[in-house]
Amino acid sequence: MFNRDRWKEILEVLSSNWFRTLLTAFGVFWGILILIILLAAGKGLENGIKSDFGDIATNTMFMWSRNTTKAYKGLPNNRSYSFKLEDVTAIKDHVPHLRFISPRNQLGGFRGANNVVRGIKTGAFNVYGDYPEIINQDPMTITSGRFINHSDIADKRKVAIIGEGVRTSLYDVGEDVMGSYIKIQGVNFMVVGTYKKKANDGDGEEGQNQIFIPFTTFSQAFNRGNDVGWMAITAMDGHSISDLKERIIAIVKENRKIHPDDTRAVGYFDLYEQYNRVESLFAAMKLIAYFVGILVLLSGIIGVSNIMLIVVKERTKEIGIRRALGEDPWSIRKQILMESIFLTLFSGMAGIVFGALFIYGVNTLLELNGPVDMFINPSVSLGVVTGAMVILIVSGLLAGFIPAQSAIRVRPIEALRND
Amino acid sequence: MIEIKDLHKSYTMGSNVLHVLKGINFKAEDGELVAIMGSSGSGKSTLLNILGMLDEADSGEYTLDGVPIRDLTETKAAKYRNKFLGFVFQSFNLINYKNALENVALPLYYQRMPRKERHDKAMKYLEQVGLKEWAHHLPSELSGGQKQRVAIARAMAAEPKLLLADEPTGALDSTTSYEVMDLIQKINDAGNTILVVTHEEDIAHMCKRIIHLRDGVIVKDEKVEQVRASAYV
Repeated sequence: MFNRDRWKEILEVLSSNWFRTLLTAFGVFWGILILIILLAAGKGLENGIKSDFGDIATNTMFMWSRNTTKAYKGLPNNRSYSFKLEDVTAIKDHVPHLRFISPRNQLGGFRGANNVVRGIKTGAFNVYGDYPEIINQDPMTITSGRFINHSDIADKRKVAIIGEGVRTSLYDVGEDVMGSYIKIQGVNFMVVGTYKKKANDGDGEEGQNQIFIPFTTFSQAFNRGNDVGWMAITAMDGHSISDLKERIIAIVKENRKIHPDDTRAVGYFDLYEQYNRVESLFAAMKLIAYFVGILVLLSGIIGVSNIMLIVVKERTKEIGIRRALGEDPWSIRKQILMESIFLTLFSGMAGIVFGALFIYGVNTLLELNGPVDMFINPSVSLGVVTGAMVILIVSGLLAGFIPAQSAIRVRPIEALRND
Repeated sequence: MIEIKDLHKSYTMGSNVLHVLKGINFKAEDGELVAIMGSSGSGKSTLLNILGMLDEADSGEYTLDGVPIRDLTETKAAKYRNKFLGFVFQSFNLINYKNALENVALPLYYQRMPRKERHDKAMKYLEQVGLKEWAHHLPSELSGGQKQRVAIARAMAAEPKLLLADEPTGALDSTTSYEVMDLIQKINDAGNTILVVTHEEDIAHMCKRIIHLRDGVIVKDEKVEQVRASAYV
C-alpha cells in the first residue's frame, strides 16, 4: 500500500488530465460538503431547541391535583382534593429508581397580586415552598449566600432565597441583601441567598423573579397543613420517568381515594416524554441530512466510477502490455481501486475542510450578530467526520470496483493487437 | 526447451468456425534462434500467442523448460509469463508515460525486486542495448529503432528462458531492422533461446532455423546458414 512506485503511478495517472480529475473530484467534494453543512445545520437547530429546556433535569415529571371526574367509594364526582405529604412518603417507599421527589407549594403565579413587601417597595413574585433537592431538578446558580438546607426544613426557619430579578425590584443598586428582611404576605423572612437562572428564552425573566423558602416553613406560615401543591419527580439515570409514571399516579390515586379509571384527576407533565419527542425529531432530521447528503455524494461517486471506466478504457493497451510482462491481475485491480479511493478520499477531505471553514464562518457571524432564536453553535462532531471518512473509503472502493473488474477482463492478446 | 505436440486452435466468428492451427508439432532446443514464417492468416501469430501464454490452445500439449503449460488461471499465467518469457512486439508497446529506465524495470517490479536493485539491473540492460544515455527519456523522445531496443532490454531484464519476438522489425526501415536483428543475434550468441515471427525472408535468414507455416500446418522446417546482420550495419 505504501509503495512509492504505486503512488507515483497513481499521481501520474490522475495528473495526466488535470481538468478532468478536478471536475470529477468536485462531484465528491460537493457531496461531502453538503452532507457536512446539513448535519451542522441540524446540530445548530438541535442545540438551539435543547437550550430552551435549560438546565432542568429532563428525566423529570411534574404532577399536580385537579378535580375528580368519577365518583368513587362514596365520594362525589368533581371533588377537589390535594396531595398530602404521606403521598410523597408512599411514592418513596413503593417506587424504586427515583432520584428526587420534591413536594412543592406555591404562592402567587401568573399575574398574581403584589405579595411581597420591603419597606416602601412591593412586588408580585412566585414564592415556592421547597426542599433542598429542588436545586438539582430546577438548577440555578447561587450568586451569594446559600440555598435552603435540611436544617431550615427541620427547624422551619423563616429564610428566603431570592432571584436577581427580585433583588433589582426590592433593593437599591449596591444595597446589601444578605440578612435583610422581606415580608411575604405579612410574614417576615430573612434573605440568606440570591440566585440566578440561565435565561435562554422568554421565560428567562420570569425565572429570576422567584423566591424560595423552606417547604415546612411555607406550610406553617401559609396554613397548608399536610397539603402538597405539586411534585417534581426525577428518575435515576438509566430509568425513564415515563415508565415509572403509571405506578406513581396509581399510588397517589389509591391514597387519595380516586377512581383508578379517572384519568383526569391527576394532572401531570412528563418532561422526559417531551424531551424524547424533540430527540426523535432531531434523530429524524439527522437521518434526512444523511439521506440527502449521501444521495448527493452518490452522484459524485458515480462520476468517479465513470471517469475510472474511461481511464481503464484509455489504458487498455497499457494494461495489456503490463499483463504480458507478467503483472498479477490482482495488482492491476489494486491499482485501479487505489486510484479511485485516492481520488474520492482526497476530494472528500477537501470537502470536509471546506465544510469546517464554512461552519467556522457561520459561527463567527452568529457571535458577531448576537444569538439567533433556536439556532446555536452549528457543528459536526469528530465522530461524524470519521464516519464521513469511512463513507468516502467505502464509496471509493465501490466507485473503483466496476472499472477494476473491467480492467482485469482486458485480455492481453486483444490489447496488444496491432491497430 | 520448447516442446509442442499436436496443437489445435480454432476461433468461432459468428456462425463460422475458423480452424487456425491444425496440429502443430515441433521442438526447440536451448540456445536456438528460430524464425516462424508464413503469410498473414497462416496462424503464426496465434502460435506465438499460445507460446506466450496470451492465449490457450484447444487441444495439444505444450511444455516449456520441462513445465507442462496447461489449466492456466490468469494469476498463474501472469507468473509464468514473468518468469519464463520476454516479449518483443512489432509496435514496441512501451508505456508512454514512463521513461526508458522505468519501462525496462517494469518486469522486475512485478517480481517485487527492491527499487534500487531493480534500477541498477535495468540500467545494465539498457547499457547492453546501447541506450544508457537515453535512460531518462520518454518513449516519445526516442526513434523507432531505439524504442525497439528499449523493448528488447525490457524483455531481457527479467532473464527469461525464452524470448518471443512478434515481427520485431515490422515497423522499422531496413537499416534499423538489421541493427535490431544484430542485437537479437548477439543475445542468441550469449545462449538465449529466441523465437522470431516474421514474414520477411531476409530477417528469417538471419536466424538459424526457419519453420514455414501455411494454413495452420508446418509445411517446412529447415536449418539454414545464418546471415550475420552485422554485415549490413
